[in-house]
Amino acid sequence: MEDTERIDSEDVEHVAELARVRLTDDEAEGFVDGFNDVLGYFETLDDVPDDVEAEDDYQNVLRADEPEPSLSQEEALSNADGTEEGYFVGPSVS
Amino acid sequence: MSASDDLNAFVTRCEVGGGDGSLAGLTVGVKDNISTEGVETTCGSKVLEGYEPPYDATVVERLKDAGARIVGKTNMDEFGMGTTTETSAHGATRNPVDTDHVPGGSSGGSAAAVASGDVDAALGTDTGGSVRCPAAFCGVVGLKPTYGLVSRYGLIAYANSLETVGPMARDVETTARVLDVIAGEDDRDGTCNAETDDYAAAVEQPTGDVTVAVPDELVGEGVDEGVRGTFDDALGTLRDEGATVREVSMPSLEKALAAYYVIAMGEASSNLARFDGVRYGPGGEGDGWNEAFADARARFGDEVKRRVMLGTYALSEGYYGDYYDKAQNARALVRRDFEAVLDEADVVASPTMPITPFEIGEALDDPLQMYLADANTTPVNLAGVPSVSVPAGRADDLPVGLQLTAGRFEEKKLLRVARGFEKAR
Repeated sequence: MEDTERIDSEDVEHVAELARVRLTDDEAEGFVDGFNDVLGYFETLDDVPDDVEAEDDYQNVLRADEPEPSLSQEEALSNADGTEEGYFVGPSVS
Repeated sequence: MSASDDLNAFVTRCEVGGGDGSLAGLTVGVKDNISTEGVETTCGSKVLEGYEPPYDATVVERLKDAGARIVGKTNMDEFGMGTTTETSAHGATRNPVDTDHVPGGSSGGSAAAVASGDVDAALGTDTGGSVRCPAAFCGVVGLKPTYGLVSRYGLIAYANSLETVGPMARDVETTARVLDVIAGEDDRDGTCNAETDDYAAAVEQPTGDVTVAVPDELVGEGVDEGVRGTFDDALGTLRDEGATVREVSMPSLEKALAAYYVIAMGEASSNLARFDGVRYGPGGEGDGWNEAFADARARFGDEVKRRVMLGTYALSEGYYGDYYDKAQNARALVRRDFEAVLDEADVVASPTMPITPFEIGEALDDPLQMYLADANTTPVNLAGVPSVSVPAGRADDLPVGLQLTAGRFEEKKLLRVARGFEKAR
């Protein structure tokens, strides 16, 4: 990424939209310098080789697929902003 | 009022546990990103204001079973994202050693509560140094265990592949006693399948001839002169105790900090997607669900927004190969370097932090400056190995920590060397 382009406030606004984070124009502008500093620092990684073999000393931990005690419906709903008949109430899809 | 109230070390006070057991009589603070049944748990964020977990984290359940008294939830950088505890929605915590300075972070409330004497021990979490940094800055002991030794069930995740729950206390022995209780297999965390051990008994055994490796990359130009002097004195103490000290080179460490931040931000961007104001936390308003989610998430503080956005950017199409793939390769190289060095040496030593504690407000507006302070702690999380910070003395009247790191699941040896140093100093 030798030719990394400088990020501007429109780029920040685009990423904010992807990440579902609402920003004001001023806030977006405020992130520009920090973004460029950090992304510039990430260029340290440019010369890391592409052909490093990943270790495979991991093993899966499995268990039988049997129901076990878990939260009751009431407990699971206890922190929700809105509930209706035992369900979460989410914003309308439109 | 207690010392901790002036320091803003606690977010919530509580009184839980306190029965019989190996930790009977011990008072403990629990970081505010570890779930406590019925006790508000906010992760230092407005996004989780009012959230009362309906269950205990495994580590909390084990503390209670062992008779510990949990007396409060400790302040922290929002979701663990910070090196100073200033990004908390509940305001900054102050360093009990000098209240003009930060206690370090992100487990700054835990460290301050322990250092001020308000609790005997505390739990912190360490994703890139968040137990060891505040331990060093406040002059207490903090252990980041091997990845997989302590259950993360009930820890509100930020970067799953890096983070661990770790004990903090004023001495190595108490740290080991808490580890005895919280470590070991948990069916509810598939990454945690190691047996616990008797760490507290092990720390008093003689260390024998220890070989200590000091990587050039962790004691170079970024390290303050005063910190370097205190660290050199610490190496002298270890030598006096019979240790052989060797300089080594671990070239991958030059890439570790950048690799750490790419991976941590990438994981944060997907982990924090669940905070949309529907299942927990205050809901958002707006036209349609995207607007409503974005409104609920506008409650994140600046540092969390920055990391979620940078993580989203680094993982997006066209950039993934430049950032995430490279970071994963660098991570494999860091692991290999630790394995190679720890094949020849018992522990790796460095200053925990290259600097003394920032003044309050000093680093908050310059994210890169704050990230650079994590140069010595983050490589350890990439490698998944255990690492402890022990008080090593002071520079400019502020605490300096000695960081010791051992091979995977070698906590007994690690804590023994730390205890030997603590006794000799």
